[in-house]
Amino acid sequence: MNTRNLIIAAALLLPFGLTAQERWTARTGTVTFSSITPLENIEAKNTKASSVFDATTNDLVFVVLIRSFEFEKALMQEHFNENYMESTKFPKATFKGKVDGLKAGALGTAGTYNATVTGELTMHGVTKTITTAGVFTVDAAGKVSASCDFSIKPEDYEIKIPGMVKDNIAKDINVHVRMEYIRS
Amino acid sequence: MKKFLLPVALLSAAIPAHAQDDLLAMLNDSVEEKVFSTASWKSTRVINGHSTENTAHGVLDFRIGHRFGFVSDGISEFFGLDGATVRLGFDYGITDRLQVGFGRSGYQKTIDGSLKYKILRQCGSGCGMPITLSVVAASSVTTLTADKVPWYEPGRTDYFTHRLAYSWQLLIGRKFSEGFTLQLMPGLVHRNLVQYEEEENDVMNIGAAARYKLSKRLAVTAEYYYVLPDQLAEPTSAELAADPDAGFKNSLAIGLDIETGGHVFQLHFSNSTGLFERAFITETVGSWAEQEVHFGFNISRVFTLHRPKRPM
Repeated sequence: MNTRNLIIAAALLLPFGLTAQERWTARTGTVTFSSITPLENIEAKNTKASSVFDATTNDLVFVVLIRSFEFEKALMQEHFNENYMESTKFPKATFKGKVDGLKAGALGTAGTYNATVTGELTMHGVTKTITTAGVFTVDAAGKVSASCDFSIKPEDYEIKIPGMVKDNIAKDINVHVRMEYIRS
Repeated sequence: MKKFLLPVALLSAAIPAHAQDDLLAMLNDSVEEKVFSTASWKSTRVINGHSTENTAHGVLDFRIGHRFGFVSDGISEFFGLDGATVRLGFDYGITDRLQVGFGRSGYQKTIDGSLKYKILRQCGSGCGMPITLSVVAASSVTTLTADKVPWYEPGRTDYFTHRLAYSWQLLIGRKFSEGFTLQLMPGLVHRNLVQYEEEENDVMNIGAAARYKLSKRLAVTAEYYYVLPDQLAEPTSAELAADPDAGFKNSLAIGLDIETGGHVFQLHFSNSTGLFERAFITETVGSWAEQEVHFGFNISRVFTLHRPKRPM
């Protein structure tokens, strides 16, 4: 490879890394989850989820602080942090993955776009691959929001549920995510 | 030129491959948030006395405190299990920092009330406060009939104010790790009337308490209150002749906390009979050396009465 080729290669690659991005961020996204059993329904809401979506590369990442989940009952919230999620040891849940099926430039036009999200979800120190269907919505004013639903099993993430309360906590926890993105 | 461009080209080429990690790192850096330490103790009481935990805003804690008789009473009293003294109490969180409580004890038929305010909160991450600091103010009134109070003498006027006592405590606590919590409690008990002339109305004391978690739901606790010397009456020589271990003792309790979800069970051994500050700080007579200790338990059950609107 001679010097000229290198200059060309660098010239082609540099702008790709530094400028040609269509990046969307969300700071106050909502993540809710619910555990539905005949004995008890438990719900929690987090309104401080952060996310970045790079529409150029279709990379999507999330960071959610475990402590920011709010429960109806203060004691539930304490037990969630202390006994189940161990949020002092594992303060965050993170996701990194890709969005498939969203056309380039789609977020510039009003409409509803279905997409598939695949990636690695890390929480409680355990990483698992998840895939879910997501929806991007662009309203007439150009506001971009995205939502998806999926379910997770506490045992997959090594969250131990003692026998005494095993009937009070669902085997599958339903998670709902809704983000409003701003172009950055 | 060539030496300079090669790394640049490689770096540029590397960006797309690690884009997700870069994005994640960027997000991670921006979501650091101030978090306070929580659950330094399983309950609002270590064993007899207050811990730095408060009932959360809108939560009512119903507490049953139960002390059997002295283990030293032996087999005829089934090691104390035949007799018992009970305190029933309620604590409520007016805010996350302010707790109000009252209770009724069988011991001297006493009603007590307390206010606990959390002044400083220990920081978990993103801030610097190393301790939790709370202040507790409590008062108690005995409702014994006039001829049953300890200071009863025929013909003596029974003033209501004589039945009152107060306690103030500072709770200085730190959760050193997930498993270990330590707390110091300098305090003052004021008794409007004392039984003997040589006793002080104001009794200075300092307590210490510790918790060690054996598992997520099980913890051992210990609590000790030291009363500074020359404030309480010394036993008379006649009393000492009858019982060489007579007189006031510092309060020592050792316990086990068991959390079962909505309830906390606290099982313990303690040489104190009463479950409010005046009683266990200034009126403990049981001697650990002579097995004059009570087996006892506290049961705590919380009810969410009011769900505060939390700021979004």
